[in-house]
Amino acid sequence: MIKIRIIDPDGNEHETQTDVGGNLMTVATDNLIPGIDAECGGACSCATCHVYINDPKQLQLLGEKSDVEHMLLDYLDTKRENSRLACQVNLTDKQDGLVVHVAPQT
Amino acid sequence: MAPSPIVAIGASHASVQLATSLRQAGYSGDIVIVGAEPHLPYHRPPLSKTLLTQQISFDKTLLRQQSFYGKHNIQLKLGARVKSISRECSQVTLDSGETISYSKLVIATGADPIVLNLPGEQLEGIGYLRNYDDTQSLMPYIKEGKSAVVVGGGYIGLETAAALRKAGMVVTVLEGMERVLQRVTSPEISAFYTKAHVKRGVNIVTNAQAIEFVGRHSVEAVQCSNGESYPADMVIIGVGVRPNTALATDAGLNVDNGINIDEFGRTDDPDIFAIGDCTNFPCHFTNSRIRLESVPNAVEQAKSAAAYICGKELPYQALPWFWSDQYDLKLQIAGINTGFDDIVILGNMENEQFSAWYFAGDRLLAVDAINSTKDFIKAKQLLSEGQSISKQALKQQ
Repeated sequence: MIKIRIIDPDGNEHETQTDVGGNLMTVATDNLIPGIDAECGGACSCATCHVYINDPKQLQLLGEKSDVEHMLLDYLDTKRENSRLACQVNLTDKQDGLVVHVAPQT
Repeated sequence: MAPSPIVAIGASHASVQLATSLRQAGYSGDIVIVGAEPHLPYHRPPLSKTLLTQQISFDKTLLRQQSFYGKHNIQLKLGARVKSISRECSQVTLDSGETISYSKLVIATGADPIVLNLPGEQLEGIGYLRNYDDTQSLMPYIKEGKSAVVVGGGYIGLETAAALRKAGMVVTVLEGMERVLQRVTSPEISAFYTKAHVKRGVNIVTNAQAIEFVGRHSVEAVQCSNGESYPADMVIIGVGVRPNTALATDAGLNVDNGINIDEFGRTDDPDIFAIGDCTNFPCHFTNSRIRLESVPNAVEQAKSAAAYICGKELPYQALPWFWSDQYDLKLQIAGINTGFDDIVILGNMENEQFSAWYFAGDRLLAVDAINSTKDFIKAKQLLSEGQSISKQALKQQ
Protein backbone atom coordinates (compact mmCIF):
# COMPACT_ATOMS: atom_id res chain seq x y z
CA MET A 1 0.00 0.00 0.00
CA ILE A 2 1.13 3.55 -0.71
CA LYS A 3 -0.24 6.80 0.64
CA ILE A 4 -1.27 9.66 -1.62
CA ARG A 5 -2.56 13.04 -0.49
CA ILE A 6 -4.97 14.73 -2.88
CA ILE A 7 -6.03 18.35 -2.54
CA ASP A 8 -9.26 19.15 -4.36
CA PRO A 9 -10.01 22.48 -6.14
CA ASP A 10 -11.67 23.86 -2.99
CA GLY A 11 -8.52 23.20 -0.97
CA ASN A 12 -9.85 20.21 0.98
CA GLU A 13 -7.24 17.56 1.68
CA HIS A 14 -7.94 13.87 1.17
CA GLU A 15 -5.57 11.23 2.57
CA THR A 16 -5.84 8.09 0.44
CA GLN A 17 -4.25 4.66 0.39
CA THR A 18 -3.95 2.40 -2.59
CA ASP A 19 -2.23 -0.68 -3.95
CA VAL A 20 0.54 -0.14 -6.48
CA GLY A 21 -0.15 -1.05 -10.08
CA GLY A 22 -3.18 1.18 -10.62
CA ASN A 23 -3.35 4.71 -11.89
CA LEU A 24 -3.95 8.02 -10.16
CA MET A 25 -7.34 8.62 -11.79
CA THR A 26 -8.76 5.47 -10.23
CA VAL A 27 -7.51 6.50 -6.79
CA ALA A 28 -9.25 9.86 -7.18
CA THR A 29 -12.57 8.44 -8.37
CA ASP A 30 -12.54 5.68 -5.74
CA ASN A 31 -12.19 8.36 -3.08
CA LEU A 32 -14.89 10.69 -4.44
CA ILE A 33 -12.41 13.49 -5.10
CA PRO A 34 -14.30 16.48 -6.56
CA GLY A 35 -12.93 17.84 -9.84
CA ILE A 36 -11.95 14.47 -11.30
CA ASP A 37 -14.79 13.50 -13.62
CA ALA A 38 -12.75 10.97 -15.61
CA GLU A 39 -15.43 10.90 -18.31
CA CYS A 40 -13.56 8.86 -20.90
CA GLY A 41 -12.30 6.35 -18.36
CA GLY A 42 -8.62 6.72 -19.05
CA ALA A 43 -8.67 6.72 -22.84
CA CYS A 44 -6.81 10.06 -22.78
CA SER A 45 -9.66 11.74 -24.67
CA CYS A 46 -11.32 14.20 -22.35
CA ALA A 47 -8.82 15.95 -20.04
CA THR A 48 -11.26 15.79 -17.13
CA CYS A 49 -8.64 14.39 -14.74
CA HIS A 50 -6.15 17.26 -14.83
CA VAL A 51 -3.84 17.54 -11.80
CA TYR A 52 -0.68 19.34 -10.69
CA ILE A 53 2.33 17.73 -9.03
CA ASN A 54 4.01 20.56 -7.14
CA ASP A 55 7.10 18.73 -5.91
CA PRO A 56 9.65 18.65 -8.77
CA LYS A 57 11.22 15.39 -7.53
CA GLN A 58 7.86 13.66 -7.36
CA LEU A 59 6.99 15.00 -10.78
CA GLN A 60 10.19 13.63 -12.26
CA LEU A 61 9.58 10.20 -10.75
CA LEU A 62 6.36 9.93 -12.77
CA GLY A 63 8.30 9.73 -16.03
CA GLU A 64 7.63 11.33 -19.38
CA LYS A 65 4.27 12.29 -20.82
CA SER A 66 3.06 10.62 -24.00
CA ASP A 67 2.43 12.70 -27.13
CA VAL A 68 -1.32 12.47 -26.69
CA GLU A 69 -1.15 13.63 -23.09
CA HIS A 70 1.07 16.54 -24.16
CA MET A 71 -1.41 17.49 -26.84
CA LEU A 72 -4.43 17.40 -24.55
CA LEU A 73 -2.70 19.35 -21.80
CA ASP A 74 -1.12 21.91 -24.08
CA TYR A 75 -4.35 23.65 -24.83
CA LEU A 76 -5.91 23.79 -21.40
CA ASP A 77 -5.99 27.33 -20.01
CA THR A 78 -5.11 25.89 -16.64
CA LYS A 79 -2.03 24.02 -17.85
CA ARG A 80 1.23 24.52 -15.98
CA GLU A 81 4.70 23.01 -16.28
CA ASN A 82 3.77 20.48 -13.60
CA SER A 83 0.45 19.41 -15.14
CA ARG A 84 -0.45 15.75 -15.64
CA LEU A 85 -3.55 13.80 -16.59
CA ALA A 86 -4.23 11.48 -13.67
CA CYS A 87 -5.30 8.64 -15.98
CA GLN A 88 -1.80 8.55 -17.44
CA VAL A 89 -0.01 8.43 -14.09
CA ASN A 90 0.79 4.82 -13.15
CA LEU A 91 1.51 4.15 -9.52
CA THR A 92 4.52 2.25 -8.19
CA ASP A 93 6.23 2.14 -4.79
CA LYS A 94 8.07 5.30 -5.80
CA GLN A 95 4.83 7.25 -5.53
CA ASP A 96 4.42 6.64 -1.80
CA GLY A 97 3.80 10.06 -0.25
CA LEU A 98 2.81 11.70 -3.53
CA VAL A 99 0.98 15.01 -3.15
CA VAL A 100 -1.48 15.90 -5.89
CA HIS A 101 -3.45 19.11 -6.49
CA VAL A 102 -6.58 18.80 -8.63
CA ALA A 103 -6.72 21.55 -11.26
CA PRO A 104 -9.75 23.84 -11.38
CA GLN A 105 -12.32 22.78 -13.96
CA THR A 106 -12.55 24.80 -17.13
CA MET B 1 -37.88 3.75 10.50
CA ALA B 2 -35.02 4.90 8.30
CA PRO B 3 -36.02 7.08 5.37
CA SER B 4 -36.31 5.28 2.05
CA PRO B 5 -33.22 5.22 -0.17
CA ILE B 6 -32.61 7.17 -3.33
CA VAL B 7 -33.16 4.55 -6.03
CA ALA B 8 -31.57 4.75 -9.49
CA ILE B 9 -32.81 2.52 -12.32
CA GLY B 10 -30.00 1.53 -14.67
CA ALA B 11 -26.45 0.63 -13.62
CA SER B 12 -24.96 3.15 -16.00
CA HIS B 13 -22.47 5.97 -16.24
CA ALA B 14 -25.27 8.36 -15.27
CA SER B 15 -26.21 6.40 -12.13
CA VAL B 16 -22.63 5.99 -10.94
CA GLN B 17 -22.01 9.73 -11.38
CA LEU B 18 -25.26 10.44 -9.54
CA ALA B 19 -24.18 8.30 -6.59
CA THR B 20 -20.72 9.89 -6.65
CA SER B 21 -22.15 13.42 -6.70
CA LEU B 22 -24.67 12.62 -3.93
CA ARG B 23 -21.89 11.40 -1.66
CA GLN B 24 -19.64 14.33 -2.59
CA ALA B 25 -22.48 16.68 -1.63
CA GLY B 26 -22.72 14.99 1.76
CA TYR B 27 -25.86 12.91 1.29
CA SER B 28 -25.52 10.11 3.82
CA GLY B 29 -28.74 8.14 3.29
CA ASP B 30 -29.01 4.90 1.39
CA ILE B 31 -28.47 4.70 -2.35
CA VAL B 32 -29.65 1.72 -4.40
CA ILE B 33 -28.73 1.22 -8.05
CA VAL B 34 -30.76 -1.41 -9.91
CA GLY B 35 -29.22 -2.81 -13.10
CA ALA B 36 -30.49 -5.43 -15.53
CA GLU B 37 -27.03 -6.67 -16.47
CA PRO B 38 -25.09 -8.96 -14.11
CA HIS B 39 -21.88 -6.90 -14.44
CA LEU B 40 -20.51 -4.03 -12.40
CA PRO B 41 -21.23 -0.71 -14.19
CA TYR B 42 -18.77 -0.13 -17.03
CA HIS B 43 -17.80 2.31 -19.76
CA ARG B 44 -19.92 1.68 -22.85
CA PRO B 45 -17.97 3.60 -25.53
CA PRO B 46 -15.34 0.81 -25.81
CA LEU B 47 -18.07 -1.65 -26.87
CA SER B 48 -17.70 -0.54 -30.49
CA LYS B 49 -13.94 -0.08 -30.21
CA THR B 50 -11.28 -1.79 -28.11
CA LEU B 51 -13.63 -4.03 -26.13
CA LEU B 52 -15.13 -5.59 -29.25
CA THR B 53 -11.76 -6.83 -30.43
CA GLN B 54 -10.46 -7.58 -26.93
CA GLN B 55 -7.67 -5.04 -27.05
CA ILE B 56 -8.60 -4.23 -23.47
CA SER B 57 -9.96 -6.49 -20.78
CA PHE B 58 -13.44 -5.97 -19.39
CA ASP B 59 -11.86 -5.20 -16.03
CA LYS B 60 -10.27 -2.07 -17.48
CA THR B 61 -13.65 -0.73 -18.54
CA LEU B 62 -15.26 -0.80 -15.10
CA LEU B 63 -16.43 2.65 -13.99
CA ARG B 64 -15.37 1.84 -10.42
CA GLN B 65 -13.87 -1.21 -8.75
CA GLN B 66 -16.19 -3.37 -6.67
CA SER B 67 -14.75 -2.06 -3.40
CA PHE B 68 -15.90 1.48 -4.25
CA TYR B 69 -19.56 0.62 -3.81
CA GLY B 70 -19.15 -0.97 -0.40
CA LYS B 71 -16.85 1.75 0.82
CA HIS B 72 -19.38 4.46 0.01
CA ASN B 73 -22.49 2.51 0.96
CA ILE B 74 -23.88 2.33 -2.56
CA GLN B 75 -26.00 -0.79 -2.92
CA LEU B 76 -25.94 -2.46 -6.32
CA LYS B 77 -28.79 -4.76 -7.28
CA LEU B 78 -27.44 -6.35 -10.46
CA GLY B 79 -29.19 -8.77 -12.76
CA ALA B 80 -32.45 -7.21 -11.62
CA ARG B 81 -34.95 -5.51 -13.87
CA VAL B 82 -37.49 -2.94 -12.70
CA LYS B 83 -40.92 -4.04 -13.89
CA SER B 84 -42.99 -1.08 -12.77
CA ILE B 85 -43.02 2.18 -10.85
CA SER B 86 -45.81 2.92 -8.41
CA ARG B 87 -45.95 6.66 -7.81
CA GLU B 88 -48.79 6.30 -5.29
CA CYS B 89 -46.69 4.05 -3.06
CA SER B 90 -43.30 5.59 -4.00
CA GLN B 91 -41.88 2.21 -4.82
CA VAL B 92 -40.55 0.16 -7.71
CA THR B 93 -41.30 -3.50 -8.33
CA LEU B 94 -38.61 -5.81 -9.72
CA ASP B 95 -39.10 -8.76 -12.05
CA SER B 96 -38.62 -11.04 -9.04
CA GLY B 97 -41.61 -9.43 -7.36
CA GLU B 98 -39.44 -7.67 -4.79
CA THR B 99 -40.43 -4.06 -4.08
CA ILE B 100 -38.11 -1.20 -3.13
CA SER B 101 -39.43 2.04 -1.66
CA TYR B 102 -37.80 5.29 -2.68
CA SER B 103 -37.53 8.79 -1.30
CA LYS B 104 -36.38 9.97 -4.73
CA LEU B 105 -36.32 7.90 -7.89
CA VAL B 106 -33.84 8.54 -10.71
CA ILE B 107 -34.50 6.90 -14.08
CA ALA B 108 -31.31 6.24 -16.02
CA THR B 109 -32.46 3.51 -18.37
CA GLY B 110 -30.48 4.68 -21.39
CA ALA B 111 -31.36 3.66 -24.91
CA ASP B 112 -31.50 0.37 -26.79
CA PRO B 113 -30.53 -0.33 -30.39
CA ILE B 114 -33.27 -0.11 -32.97
CA VAL B 115 -33.94 -3.71 -34.02
CA LEU B 116 -34.39 -4.31 -37.74
CA ASN B 117 -36.24 -7.63 -37.49
CA LEU B 118 -35.29 -8.58 -41.03
CA PRO B 119 -35.77 -12.08 -42.44
CA GLY B 120 -32.89 -14.28 -41.31
CA GLU B 121 -31.94 -12.07 -38.38
CA GLN B 122 -32.03 -15.04 -35.99
CA LEU B 123 -29.01 -16.62 -37.77
CA GLU B 124 -25.86 -17.05 -35.74
CA GLY B 125 -23.14 -14.45 -36.16
CA ILE B 126 -25.55 -11.50 -36.28
CA GLY B 127 -25.66 -9.05 -33.43
CA TYR B 128 -26.16 -5.60 -32.01
CA LEU B 129 -23.78 -3.75 -29.71
CA ARG B 130 -25.49 -2.59 -26.58
CA ASN B 131 -23.76 -4.40 -23.77
CA TYR B 132 -20.75 -6.46 -22.84
CA ASP B 133 -22.54 -9.77 -23.40
CA ASP B 134 -23.20 -8.69 -27.00
CA THR B 135 -19.46 -8.37 -27.62
CA GLN B 136 -18.92 -11.77 -26.01
CA SER B 137 -21.37 -13.52 -28.31
CA LEU B 138 -19.87 -11.84 -31.39
CA MET B 139 -16.27 -12.52 -30.39
CA PRO B 140 -15.99 -16.05 -31.87
CA TYR B 141 -16.81 -14.62 -35.29
CA ILE B 142 -14.07 -12.01 -35.29
CA LYS B 143 -11.35 -13.75 -37.27
CA GLU B 144 -8.60 -12.45 -39.49
CA GLY B 145 -9.38 -12.86 -43.18
CA LYS B 146 -13.12 -13.48 -42.62
CA SER B 147 -15.83 -11.15 -43.91
CA ALA B 148 -17.86 -8.79 -41.78
CA VAL B 149 -20.79 -6.63 -42.82
CA VAL B 150 -21.68 -3.63 -40.69
CA VAL B 151 -25.24 -2.45 -41.21
CA GLY B 152 -25.42 1.30 -40.56
CA GLY B 153 -22.87 4.01 -41.26
CA GLY B 154 -23.30 6.15 -38.16
CA TYR B 155 -20.58 6.67 -35.56
CA ILE B 156 -21.20 3.26 -33.97
CA GLY B 157 -21.13 1.54 -37.38
CA LEU B 158 -17.93 3.27 -38.45
CA GLU B 159 -16.19 2.66 -35.13
CA THR B 160 -17.14 -0.99 -35.38
CA ALA B 161 -15.88 -1.16 -38.97
CA ALA B 162 -12.55 0.33 -37.88
CA ALA B 163 -12.20 -2.14 -35.00
CA LEU B 164 -12.99 -5.15 -37.21
CA ARG B 165 -10.66 -3.93 -39.93
CA LYS B 166 -7.87 -3.56 -37.39
CA ALA B 167 -8.58 -7.16 -36.40
CA GLY B 168 -7.83 -8.14 -39.98
CA MET B 169 -11.34 -8.73 -41.26
CA VAL B 170 -12.67 -7.90 -44.73
CA VAL B 171 -15.23 -5.24 -43.88
CA THR B 172 -18.22 -3.81 -45.75
CA VAL B 173 -20.39 -1.01 -44.38
CA LEU B 174 -23.95 -0.77 -45.71
CA GLU B 175 -25.53 2.65 -45.27
CA GLY B 176 -29.16 3.20 -46.24
CA MET B 177 -28.84 6.93 -46.85
CA GLU B 178 -26.86 8.88 -49.43
CA ARG B 179 -23.80 9.23 -47.24
CA VAL B 180 -22.38 7.91 -43.96
CA LEU B 181 -23.06 10.02 -40.84
CA GLN B 182 -25.83 11.80 -42.73
CA ARG B 183 -27.96 12.33 -39.63
CA VAL B 184 -25.18 13.90 -37.57
CA THR B 185 -22.70 15.75 -39.69
CA SER B 186 -21.91 17.73 -42.84
CA PRO B 187 -21.26 16.33 -46.32
CA GLU B 188 -17.59 17.38 -45.92
CA ILE B 189 -17.05 15.24 -42.82
CA SER B 190 -19.01 12.35 -44.33
CA ALA B 191 -16.76 12.48 -47.39
CA PHE B 192 -13.67 12.61 -45.19
CA TYR B 193 -14.65 9.52 -43.20
CA THR B 194 -15.67 7.62 -46.31
CA LYS B 195 -12.27 8.30 -47.81
CA ALA B 196 -10.44 7.46 -44.60
CA HIS B 197 -12.17 4.08 -44.36
CA VAL B 198 -11.73 3.25 -48.04
CA LYS B 199 -8.04 4.10 -47.76
CA ARG B 200 -7.73 1.59 -44.92
CA GLY B 201 -9.44 -1.11 -46.92
CA VAL B 202 -13.10 -0.89 -45.86
CA ASN B 203 -15.77 -1.16 -48.53
CA ILE B 204 -18.43 1.52 -47.99
CA VAL B 205 -21.71 1.18 -49.88
CA THR B 206 -24.32 3.93 -49.60
CA ASN B 207 -27.99 4.00 -50.63
CA ALA B 208 -27.89 0.36 -49.63
CA GLN B 209 -30.44 -1.03 -47.23
CA ALA B 210 -30.09 -4.54 -45.88
CA ILE B 211 -33.28 -6.46 -46.61
CA GLU B 212 -32.43 -10.06 -45.72
CA PHE B 213 -29.78 -12.15 -44.00
CA VAL B 214 -28.99 -15.38 -45.80
CA GLY B 215 -27.39 -18.53 -44.41
CA ARG B 216 -28.07 -22.01 -43.07
CA HIS B 217 -27.09 -21.95 -39.39
CA SER B 218 -24.90 -18.93 -39.26
CA VAL B 219 -25.04 -15.94 -41.56
CA GLU B 220 -23.34 -16.21 -44.95
CA ALA B 221 -24.50 -13.12 -46.83
CA VAL B 222 -26.51 -9.93 -46.61
CA GLN B 223 -29.03 -9.24 -49.34
CA CYS B 224 -29.38 -5.58 -50.12
CA SER B 225 -32.01 -3.22 -51.60
CA ASN B 226 -29.62 -2.36 -54.44
CA GLY B 227 -29.87 -5.95 -55.70
CA GLU B 228 -26.39 -6.89 -54.51
CA SER B 229 -25.49 -9.61 -52.05
CA TYR B 230 -22.52 -9.15 -49.71
CA PRO B 231 -20.70 -12.18 -48.24
CA ALA B 232 -20.64 -12.11 -44.46
CA ASP B 233 -19.21 -14.44 -41.81
CA MET B 234 -20.59 -12.02 -39.26
CA VAL B 235 -22.93 -9.02 -39.19
CA ILE B 236 -23.08 -6.18 -36.70
CA ILE B 237 -26.12 -3.91 -36.87
CA GLY B 238 -25.90 -0.30 -35.69
CA VAL B 239 -28.78 1.75 -37.04
CA GLY B 240 -29.48 4.04 -34.12
CA VAL B 241 -31.13 3.74 -30.73
CA ARG B 242 -34.45 4.42 -29.06
CA PRO B 243 -34.65 5.78 -25.51
CA ASN B 244 -35.93 3.32 -22.93
CA THR B 245 -39.02 5.17 -21.77
CA ALA B 246 -41.53 2.36 -21.22
CA LEU B 247 -41.31 2.48 -17.40
CA ALA B 248 -41.84 6.24 -17.42
CA THR B 249 -44.72 6.04 -19.89
CA ASP B 250 -46.41 3.31 -17.87
CA ALA B 251 -46.04 5.45 -14.76
CA GLY B 252 -47.80 8.32 -16.55
CA LEU B 253 -44.80 10.64 -16.74
CA ASN B 254 -44.42 13.07 -19.65
CA VAL B 255 -42.52 11.36 -22.47
CA ASP B 256 -41.78 12.73 -25.92
CA ASN B 257 -38.72 11.23 -27.64
CA GLY B 258 -37.24 10.70 -24.21
CA ILE B 259 -38.46 11.35 -20.69
CA ASN B 260 -39.20 15.05 -20.39
CA ILE B 261 -37.05 16.75 -17.77
CA ASP B 262 -36.01 20.29 -16.90
CA GLU B 263 -32.49 21.66 -16.37
CA PHE B 264 -32.38 20.03 -12.92
CA GLY B 265 -33.28 16.57 -14.19
CA ARG B 266 -36.82 16.80 -12.79
CA THR B 267 -39.71 15.00 -14.44
CA ASP B 268 -43.27 16.22 -13.85
CA ASP B 269 -43.29 14.19 -10.59
CA PRO B 270 -41.34 16.07 -7.89
CA ASP B 271 -39.95 12.80 -6.52
CA ILE B 272 -38.80 11.40 -9.88
CA PHE B 273 -35.78 12.49 -11.88
CA ALA B 274 -34.37 11.19 -15.15
CA ILE B 275 -30.82 11.49 -16.52
CA GLY B 276 -28.73 10.44 -19.52
CA ASP B 277 -29.62 9.00 -22.92
CA CYS B 278 -33.26 8.35 -21.95
CA THR B 279 -34.07 12.04 -21.41
CA ASN B 280 -35.38 14.90 -23.46
CA PHE B 281 -34.18 18.17 -21.98
CA PRO B 282 -34.11 21.93 -22.68
CA CYS B 283 -30.71 22.63 -24.25
CA HIS B 284 -29.13 25.88 -23.24
CA PHE B 285 -27.20 26.08 -26.52
CA THR B 286 -29.76 25.13 -29.14
CA ASN B 287 -32.69 26.80 -27.34
CA SER B 288 -34.76 23.73 -28.01
CA ARG B 289 -35.61 20.42 -26.38
CA ILE B 290 -33.23 17.69 -27.49
CA ARG B 291 -32.11 14.18 -26.63
CA LEU B 292 -28.41 13.27 -26.68
CA GLU B 293 -26.54 10.00 -26.64
CA SER B 294 -23.28 10.79 -24.93
CA VAL B 295 -21.26 10.24 -21.78
CA PRO B 296 -20.64 13.94 -21.00
CA ASN B 297 -24.39 14.56 -21.21
CA ALA B 298 -25.09 11.72 -18.76
CA VAL B 299 -22.40 12.96 -16.37
CA GLU B 300 -23.57 16.58 -16.35
CA GLN B 301 -27.24 15.70 -15.96
CA ALA B 302 -26.36 13.37 -13.09
CA LYS B 303 -24.51 16.21 -11.36
CA SER B 304 -27.47 18.55 -11.77
CA ALA B 305 -29.97 16.01 -10.45
CA ALA B 306 -27.75 15.07 -7.48
CA ALA B 307 -27.26 18.74 -6.60
CA TYR B 308 -31.00 19.42 -6.74
CA ILE B 309 -31.78 16.41 -4.54
CA CYS B 310 -29.27 17.79 -2.03
CA GLY B 311 -30.97 21.19 -2.05
CA LYS B 312 -28.66 23.04 -4.41
CA GLU B 313 -29.56 24.43 -7.82
CA LEU B 314 -26.97 23.56 -10.45
CA PRO B 315 -28.79 23.82 -13.79
CA TYR B 316 -27.45 21.73 -16.65
CA GLN B 317 -25.87 24.28 -18.94
CA ALA B 318 -22.68 22.50 -19.94
CA LEU B 319 -21.76 22.51 -23.59
CA PRO B 320 -22.58 19.19 -25.26
CA TRP B 321 -19.48 17.43 -26.55
CA PHE B 322 -18.70 14.05 -28.05
CA TRP B 323 -15.81 11.91 -29.15
CA SER B 324 -15.29 9.10 -31.63
CA ASP B 325 -12.12 7.03 -32.11
CA GLN B 326 -11.59 5.27 -35.44
CA TYR B 327 -8.14 3.90 -36.34
CA ASP B 328 -5.69 6.68 -35.48
CA LEU B 329 -8.37 9.32 -36.08
CA LYS B 330 -9.41 11.10 -32.92
CA LEU B 331 -12.60 13.06 -33.50
CA GLN B 332 -13.76 15.52 -30.87
CA ILE B 333 -16.96 17.48 -31.35
CA ALA B 334 -17.89 20.62 -29.41
CA GLY B 335 -21.46 21.89 -29.64
CA ILE B 336 -24.31 20.84 -31.92
CA ASN B 337 -24.27 21.81 -35.60
CA THR B 338 -28.02 21.57 -36.27
CA GLY B 339 -29.10 24.46 -38.49
CA PHE B 340 -25.67 25.44 -39.81
CA ASP B 341 -25.46 27.30 -43.12
CA ASP B 342 -21.71 27.60 -43.58
CA ILE B 343 -18.51 25.69 -42.75
CA VAL B 344 -14.95 26.90 -42.43
CA ILE B 345 -12.27 24.20 -42.65
CA LEU B 346 -8.97 24.80 -40.83
CA GLY B 347 -5.93 22.61 -41.35
CA ASN B 348 -5.37 19.87 -43.86
CA MET B 349 -7.94 17.21 -44.67
CA GLU B 350 -5.38 15.26 -46.73
CA ASN B 351 -3.13 14.88 -43.68
CA GLU B 352 -6.14 13.88 -41.58
CA GLN B 353 -5.58 16.76 -39.20
CA PHE B 354 -8.17 19.53 -39.45
CA SER B 355 -11.27 21.06 -37.93
CA ALA B 356 -14.65 22.04 -39.36
CA TRP B 357 -16.26 25.14 -37.86
CA TYR B 358 -20.05 25.34 -38.28
CA PHE B 359 -21.83 28.68 -38.47
CA ALA B 360 -25.43 29.86 -38.66
CA GLY B 361 -25.01 33.37 -40.03
CA ASP B 362 -22.23 34.87 -37.90
CA ARG B 363 -22.86 32.61 -34.95
CA LEU B 364 -20.53 29.68 -34.25
CA LEU B 365 -22.58 26.54 -33.49
CA ALA B 366 -20.13 23.66 -33.32
CA VAL B 367 -16.72 22.33 -34.29
CA ASP B 368 -15.67 18.87 -35.47
CA ALA B 369 -11.95 18.47 -34.73
CA ILE B 370 -10.04 15.56 -36.21
CA ASN B 371 -6.61 14.98 -34.66
CA SER B 372 -6.81 18.67 -33.71
CA THR B 373 -7.30 18.81 -29.97
CA LYS B 374 -6.06 22.39 -29.98
CA ASP B 375 -9.03 23.52 -32.07
CA PHE B 376 -11.43 21.41 -30.02
CA ILE B 377 -10.36 22.97 -26.73
CA LYS B 378 -10.49 26.45 -28.20
CA ALA B 379 -13.97 25.87 -29.65
CA LYS B 380 -15.19 24.35 -26.41
CA GLN B 381 -14.07 27.44 -24.51
CA LEU B 382 -15.60 29.89 -27.00
CA LEU B 383 -18.92 28.05 -27.16
CA SER B 384 -19.12 27.49 -23.41
CA GLU B 385 -18.71 31.21 -22.83
CA GLY B 386 -21.36 32.01 -25.44
CA GLN B 387 -18.83 33.68 -27.67
CA SER B 388 -18.38 33.43 -31.39
CA ILE B 389 -15.43 34.12 -33.65
CA SER B 390 -15.50 35.83 -37.02
CA LYS B 391 -14.94 33.66 -40.06
CA GLN B 392 -12.34 36.21 -41.14
CA ALA B 393 -10.33 35.76 -37.94
CA LEU B 394 -10.51 32.00 -38.30
CA LYS B 395 -9.28 32.00 -41.86
CA GLN B 396 -6.30 34.14 -40.95
CA GLN B 397 -5.06 31.57 -38.44
